[in-house]
Amino acid sequence: MWRHILKRLAQAIPLTWGILTITFFISHMAPGDPMDMYMEEQRQRQVDPEIIELLRQKYGLDLPIHVQYVRWLGNVIKGDFGESFRYRRPVLDLIAERIPYTLQLTLLALLFSTSLGIIIGIVSAVKQYSALDKGVTLGSLIIYSIPGFWLALMLVLVFSVYLGWLPTSQTRSMDYEFFSLGEKIFDRIWHLILPVFVLGLGSAAYKARYVRNRLLEVLNEEYILSARARGLKEKMVIFKHALRNAMIPLVTILGLHLPALLSGSVLIESIFAWPGMGTLAVGAVGGRDYPVMMATLMISAILTIVGNLLADITYVALDPRVSYEKKKPV
Amino acid sequence: MLLKVENLRSFFFLDEGILRAVDDISFHVNEEETVALVGESGCGKTIAALSIINLIPSPGRVVKGKVYFNGQDLLKMSPEKIRKTRGKEIGFVFQEPSMALNPVFTVGDQIAEVLRLHMGMGVKEAERETIRLLGETGIPEPEKRFKAYPFELSGGMQQRALIALAVSCHPRLLIADEPTTALDVTVQIGIIDLLRHLQKLYDMAILLITHDLGVVAEMADRIMVMYTGKIVENAPAVDIFEEPKHPYTKGLLGSIPKLGKGSKNPLGGIPGAVPDFLDLPPGCTFHPRCELGDRDCRKKFPKLFAVDYVRQSACYKYYKM
Amino acid sequence: MSHWIQEYRMKRKNRFKKLILFGAFVLPGSGHLLFKKNVKLGIHLMTGTAALILLVIFRWYRIIGTFESKAFDHWLAVLFIILSWSAMVFISVKHTYELLIDKIKKPRIKTPLVLASRRFRENKLAVISLYVICFFYLIAVLAPFLATHDPSAIDNVLETRYQSPSWEHPFGTDEYGRDLYSRALYGARVSLSVGFMAVVIAITIGTFYGSIAGYFGGFIDNIMMRFVDVFIAFPTFFLLLMLVGVFEASIVAMILILGLTSWPGTARFIRGEVLSLKEKQFTEAARAIGLPHRTIIFRHLIPNGISPVLVSAAMMVSSMIYYEAGLSFLGIGIRPPTPTWGNMMSAGRDALLVAWWVALFPGGILAATMLSFNLLADGLRDAFDPKVLMRRFL
Repeated sequence: MWRHILKRLAQAIPLTWGILTITFFISHMAPGDPMDMYMEEQRQRQVDPEIIELLRQKYGLDLPIHVQYVRWLGNVIKGDFGESFRYRRPVLDLIAERIPYTLQLTLLALLFSTSLGIIIGIVSAVKQYSALDKGVTLGSLIIYSIPGFWLALMLVLVFSVYLGWLPTSQTRSMDYEFFSLGEKIFDRIWHLILPVFVLGLGSAAYKARYVRNRLLEVLNEEYILSARARGLKEKMVIFKHALRNAMIPLVTILGLHLPALLSGSVLIESIFAWPGMGTLAVGAVGGRDYPVMMATLMISAILTIVGNLLADITYVALDPRVSYEKKKPV
Repeated sequence: MLLKVENLRSFFFLDEGILRAVDDISFHVNEEETVALVGESGCGKTIAALSIINLIPSPGRVVKGKVYFNGQDLLKMSPEKIRKTRGKEIGFVFQEPSMALNPVFTVGDQIAEVLRLHMGMGVKEAERETIRLLGETGIPEPEKRFKAYPFELSGGMQQRALIALAVSCHPRLLIADEPTTALDVTVQIGIIDLLRHLQKLYDMAILLITHDLGVVAEMADRIMVMYTGKIVENAPAVDIFEEPKHPYTKGLLGSIPKLGKGSKNPLGGIPGAVPDFLDLPPGCTFHPRCELGDRDCRKKFPKLFAVDYVRQSACYKYYKM
Repeated sequence: MSHWIQEYRMKRKNRFKKLILFGAFVLPGSGHLLFKKNVKLGIHLMTGTAALILLVIFRWYRIIGTFESKAFDHWLAVLFIILSWSAMVFISVKHTYELLIDKIKKPRIKTPLVLASRRFRENKLAVISLYVICFFYLIAVLAPFLATHDPSAIDNVLETRYQSPSWEHPFGTDEYGRDLYSRALYGARVSLSVGFMAVVIAITIGTFYGSIAGYFGGFIDNIMMRFVDVFIAFPTFFLLLMLVGVFEASIVAMILILGLTSWPGTARFIRGEVLSLKEKQFTEAARAIGLPHRTIIFRHLIPNGISPVLVSAAMMVSSMIYYEAGLSFLGIGIRPPTPTWGNMMSAGRDALLVAWWVALFPGGILAATMLSFNLLADGLRDAFDPKVLMRRFL
């Protein structure tokens, strides 16, 4: 098993390098160079062409591109993502501030979608052909197809504007500082409900469908019949024998959904004014803040790779067949 | 009588029609007896076996009949009661051992599970008993194999493990569905020996389901021949092989290649093909392919009747044979 | 005498036939209904013609105005009307003629495609979604004639802004007083065309790339897939953000960006399909005959792999439309005044407290479109690969 893990880790390295390289080249495909952008923004003040040249030299923009690339790569590996054009602060700091909020949303949404999906999927499979099952099959498709940001707006409309049950945005209330600890915790959770729900709902619908189909498949397998023929209790047959087999591929799906959730968080963060990486990235695009754009792109990609790696390792841990592939029958 | 099956019917309710997989069969199995249920692939014997323990997958179900085991009708039992019977009183061996074992659990786990459930053993006790069972079924190094996953074992060993699983609780009846079909011939002999050994050891009755007449010849005390969901002949093994009283049985026996009988003689077969279950011929379903068939055969299906003290046949014309 | 009667009867018959043909010309579909052959097609033709006629009648002035204004989208719509009318008439006349002369048609060979389309037609939900999609594309093309107001018309803002839905403004008005219904119609053009074109690009490139990688396997496959893996590692939205930030966001740029970011996903999927097809025996057979690689890929593998491609294409259109809308919503994609469902929803978000309709309607139509494409994909999948009930126990 460990060999497999090391293999995967080894594969992740060229992948990461590929990500860094592509990010670099995308950002340098823009016509003109960052200095022109900078000048545009500073249009108000008359900037001396000499100073522009000095700045160019400082940022190394006068060097040939492969030299720039190597320099940049060296910096990135050391953890130096440069300085934001907009905020004049190291990009790394900005990201460090924002990542926890994005991770909060994304991981909670993953948790929510997985638990909801599994529960509904199991119930749906066990009660096949019932009204619930048919409803779930169709309903999940509908939910999965609805654009998340529209759903968010509609839910905000209903629950915040008309009913006033949930807050419209932000991570905490205005008078947060005056709350007691218990109230603070509650406030945080209260603000998390809607964003996490909307973010995770599509994924939950997909998982429910997947679990249902997979479980039905497994329940038709011979070893399940064999288990029943041995007189095992039905609960054990479903929850021990069938579920284990059905769930294993779900782990891979979890890994696949992580980038989708990260993607989705960009829109959700925008709607709920959530101070995460998504809003940072959007702002950077609007303000042509290249260092930030590049950094958010790379970090999100790296998060994805890490997530996939974890999913892969979990899969190998759960399914004995994978790591034993090379072994001969005893 | 350990097992008495009366007028068992199991149908599949499909869009295309009703498939009468098991159509009114009756037989019995005595204690410590080996009875073989023989027939070509697709004649309904597996469904018959599953019907006994009432485990037919939908869209099929047992429609009618009684299955008396130790005096109680299995089909009328509550789900909880019959669950307790399965595995404990009646063991079931499946055809494809690689498919019948759960791939994500170790072999030892699966056997110990049953021991803990039906025999109330503790974890350590179950483990010990499992290792003993594995050894008894002829698996070398059972302590190692206890921790092995099914895919790590060869076909023969998987089948031995499956058999160990089936006999773990010392059932009175062992139903073996094509236990040797998926295995190499050399391995088959081992399995047959194993089954005989276990039968003597545990005083079990065996209901052997197979299409392999060679295996039947080795093991069976009595043979029942099935065709399109019905039993057409039921007699002691010796009588069946020497003097079959149904044209279908005769045809089956004639299809066995015999060494030395002169390779010049063509292999006898049965003309025609097995009919589609959804479109069976009227009356005796075998009559279109039968050399003795005539108009009477088309009118009504001959029910199994006694030909003599121990034999039954379902052919009006048996005396012609 | 009888000779005359026969002649007379013949002439009457001919005239009768000509009348029917003329009917088929004037009222497409009548021929089908008369002969009770292919009645569904007949009904479609009749409703289609009726709709066209209604459209032309109600919007006569605008249609005539096209010749003066020479607006491109108006021309497109007029062209579409003419083409579709000619097609309907052609089909109607051709079929009616064939029916009249009792032309014997060869029974249709039951190719897998024919079987699949039959299964598809039995799936009511899929058929409905197909209709909905066609309907949306139709109104997108005909938008210039269906819109009630000019989508960019701003007129006495203080009076007309944020009007709730009414007869005159079925979807209400936005913050500038523009009619949202007309804007939505024009928005449909953007979204639907972007979605379609982007998918075409992604599928074309992806299929080529993926089938070559899957077919040759080994080293080539390894390298090609490494490249694809890198792309797939980027969460889509972040990548799109970056690309749109680097390049300007015009409609053409959108199409290119969306298409070029999605093809790796398709390539990976196609490669998987090709790998499984490769295992099947007809590939071995083809190679045994000595067919060159090119032929095997194009003549054998691709036609067999078409069905999953179609299914994933349908789902991708839904995603492309979603991404375009999302980007426009964030203010990064296509910007106002060009209407697109996304930027309309963005305005709706600002006005959420006062004017709920601005967010509801564009998003609702977006949801309906995405849903239709996903249902279509589902229907296609079921049509190509029905689940056969397992009869293994016999």
